[in-house]
Amino acid sequence: MTGEECQLLWFTAWVSALSTILMLPFGLATAWLLARHDWPGKSVVETLVSLPLVMPPVATGLILLQILGEKGAVGGFFYRHFNLDIAFTWRGVLIALAVMSFPLLVRSTRVAFEQVNPRLEQIARTLGASNTRVFWTITLPLAAHGVIGGMLLAFARALGEFGATIMVAGYISGRTATLSTEIYHAFNNGDDAHAYRLLGMSVALAFLAVWSSELFMRRRKTAK
Amino acid sequence: MNLLLKRILLPLTDFPLTVDAEIQSQVTAIFGPSGAGKTSLLDLIAGLRHPQSAFVQLGDRVLTDTATRANVPTRHRQIGYVPQDLALFPHLSVRQNLLYGCKDNPGSSSLFSFAHVIQILEIGSLTDRRVTNLSGGEKQRVALARALLASPQLLLLDEPLASLDTVLKSKIIPYLARIRDEFHVPMLFVTHDWHEVQALCGEALIMERGSIVRRERL
Repeated sequence: MTGEECQLLWFTAWVSALSTILMLPFGLATAWLLARHDWPGKSVVETLVSLPLVMPPVATGLILLQILGEKGAVGGFFYRHFNLDIAFTWRGVLIALAVMSFPLLVRSTRVAFEQVNPRLEQIARTLGASNTRVFWTITLPLAAHGVIGGMLLAFARALGEFGATIMVAGYISGRTATLSTEIYHAFNNGDDAHAYRLLGMSVALAFLAVWSSELFMRRRKTAK
Repeated sequence: MNLLLKRILLPLTDFPLTVDAEIQSQVTAIFGPSGAGKTSLLDLIAGLRHPQSAFVQLGDRVLTDTATRANVPTRHRQIGYVPQDLALFPHLSVRQNLLYGCKDNPGSSSLFSFAHVIQILEIGSLTDRRVTNLSGGEKQRVALARALLASPQLLLLDEPLASLDTVLKSKIIPYLARIRDEFHVPMLFVTHDWHEVQALCGEALIMERGSIVRRERL
């Protein structure tokens, strides 16, 4: 493994991890709302959350590019006020990965919250606990294995993201290239040895992430 | 105890819960067959279910009045609840379960001391154990102690002895009698065992299909 490949692996891993961590508060809030509350239009929110799973990643990427580009609503705001580019930078990679892995985080976390017996939360309230305290001391600890499993799954999804990333951040070697975009680039340019080494790294990393996720989910089941 | 339940109307699956009653006995049984609406009534008093109409007053505190849209949140009702499945927090130790209700309850934490409660219920040796490792009778006493330590003004007990065999039942009944006699906390005691009613209660409300059909003084 060359130094350049190590750097690429490191960049892909940390930007995937950061995207999962950034999404976590939103994922927890969305999953909790979907698991514990009913409101008019809930099915619309459920569908919107799942959209990145079923839409072509390139289409999601194009939507993100419209929003995050220099002329987009969000990208334009940051460019005008902070002289900060999002599209075609590592920030673009971060957001693309976060959006694409969000549905997996929400789905796993929602199931974990649904499996917490609501009676425990109700009894905690009779003992004087506020909704916030109930969430932090009862719901979240009891759902922790599922939440961590969901985070690992989202991380694994982010590691392999290609379509949205290439649209939002393009392929800029040493700046926005991730494992998957580098594999595509290397293979297209006939550098097969480089592409297959990266492929091996991708498989190993993804295997580790999904395997850990399965272990956490299994621990949750046996803990019940 | 003075618990006033007026104009209670809560739609259930097969029939509505409709109750009008004033309860004054220290320990009152709610007696009736399964599915009569007994647990729903306790849930409503605890503020866990929202009725179509209701006026619930405990002592001089109005807890629910749908006419004026008054509704004291569950956490501020100071009503202890021991549900049928006990709902002990499985990820916490016995001590952490017991102390859970001692927080967020300003002004009421000194009503019963930790030492006194665990002495009366004889659970001092259990405090460092995980609740998942307790026997049925031990879990029952821990759930009772946890509810008491939150210093409730009313204790709701939903078939607390239903899951126990006859031998364990006869061991737990004296603990409930101790709670009644030592702490003087008013109790609403849901059961469908008339022997439990006779052993503990001063009055029984007999429920059928969501309504109180008879009252008996004991």
